[in-house]
Amino acid sequence: MIDDLAPVPDEVTQEWWEATRERRLLLQRCDRCGHVQHYPRAMCVACSSFELSWLASEGRGIVDSFTEVHRAPHPELEVPYVIARIRLDEGPVLLSRIVSSDQGQITCDACVSLAWQDIPNGYKLPVFYIDPK
Amino acid sequence: MTSAAIAGVAESDLGVTNASILALQAQAITRALADAGLSVSDVDGLATSGVSRFSTTQVADYLGIQPAWSDSTFAGGSAYEMYVARAVQAIEARQASVVVVSFASNQRSAKSRRLGGILESHTPEAQFETPYGPLYPISYYAMAARRYLHEYGGTPADLAQVAVLAREWALLNPKAYRYGSEPLTVDDVLNSTMVSTPLTAADCCLVTDGGGAVVITSLERARDLRRDPIRILGYGEATTNTSMSQVPLLPTGACESGQRAFASAGLTPNDVDVIELYDSFTITVLLSLEALGFCGPGEAAAFVASADSRLGGRQPLNTSGGGLSYCHPGQYGVLLLVEAVRQLRGEAGDRQVADPSIALAHGTGGILSTHATVLLGVNR
Repeated sequence: MIDDLAPVPDEVTQEWWEATRERRLLLQRCDRCGHVQHYPRAMCVACSSFELSWLASEGRGIVDSFTEVHRAPHPELEVPYVIARIRLDEGPVLLSRIVSSDQGQITCDACVSLAWQDIPNGYKLPVFYIDPK
Repeated sequence: MTSAAIAGVAESDLGVTNASILALQAQAITRALADAGLSVSDVDGLATSGVSRFSTTQVADYLGIQPAWSDSTFAGGSAYEMYVARAVQAIEARQASVVVVSFASNQRSAKSRRLGGILESHTPEAQFETPYGPLYPISYYAMAARRYLHEYGGTPADLAQVAVLAREWALLNPKAYRYGSEPLTVDDVLNSTMVSTPLTAADCCLVTDGGGAVVITSLERARDLRRDPIRILGYGEATTNTSMSQVPLLPTGACESGQRAFASAGLTPNDVDVIELYDSFTITVLLSLEALGFCGPGEAAAFVASADSRLGGRQPLNTSGGGLSYCHPGQYGVLLLVEAVRQLRGEAGDRQVADPSIALAHGTGGILSTHATVLLGVNR
């Protein structure tokens, strides 16, 4: 992580980023219809309710897809690294990285578990590792 | 079927121009108007983007005109197919009589392209996606490619066929960036520099300068102009996502865009004689061929590799050489329209398809974010 890429929380996402300090991956659950969503928004995308609560993810999911990046978008980033779409067991998909895995282990639909990476402003970034169970 | 037609088309200078964006815009627009037998003073509608925050205002100011109608819908490379739809509506509503759709970029000369894309720090993506360092847009298309190959048991060689075909066409197009170069092989593509697996540099479009313009007017007026009118038969579009996580990778919004366009024209994919698809990346073409209904799921690579997609084939595909081998100025969508019109007029030289009646142009913008389809036909 480099400073230029550090997230700048807003009033809706502040709690989400604060929870990362305690290694908790939050999702939003709608109080009205029960829909679970990520990224955090002011409203539910299923029923447009503004009544939303936080739910802590169990941190398990599967690889929806992935790509190993060989040309860095910023000179400070070391290549290669693996960008992935992770489909959490709770439903939402998030963009993340797959870390500490042999490239050969990574396939679409492989099972993954949550890990955390430090980032410059004290928050942590949720990442995943291949975790066959 | 609409009551509007394309009366003129043109490219600006292409490749490495060392020209400014607005000078290239002025070239494309005046050349397209000359092609139609019209002049700048006839223009009362203008649609463009990619110039500045106030893109149409900027170009109108530069041309010295004050249009009665304008549009700067920002939808990346698909905007130009959307502008055709908006222009038809403006003409049918009598809000404008002569609309110019234009685009130009000097991104190669100006070295303005960034692998990470353009960051707008107030967006959710800036908080939840950018920190991971995806290439924008490449890594999203790479993930779509990986999922596609996984679902249908394909290999990167299937992607490579798209680049091989594009090069074949470019060798027939004197305006193409790769004209006069060597044919490309599947191995050349696979052995090219890896960018974001499974996409190599040869799976990615060119970075060039260039631009184009299209002149749209009523069919009635177009009949009296210099060139045979090309009818705008139908159009459709879909807007699906801006972040990398919120919609399934497959299938793309080209499904809905295509269905809407075919329904509005009363046509089916089998009616199309020449196909012009946005080829930002090789995978984009495979996804679009299937989403638009030209091929079944998982069958696009076989079509691309076959004689059917080539000169003399059943449905020639990306006949200019595409963004992969002809020109990719950042928002290539306007040049899809230019090539479709040239093919329908029968003026495509060595790459001319035999007597086509109907052409499809399909633009894709962002990270498979926006999709827009236009069906064009000769006036018989």
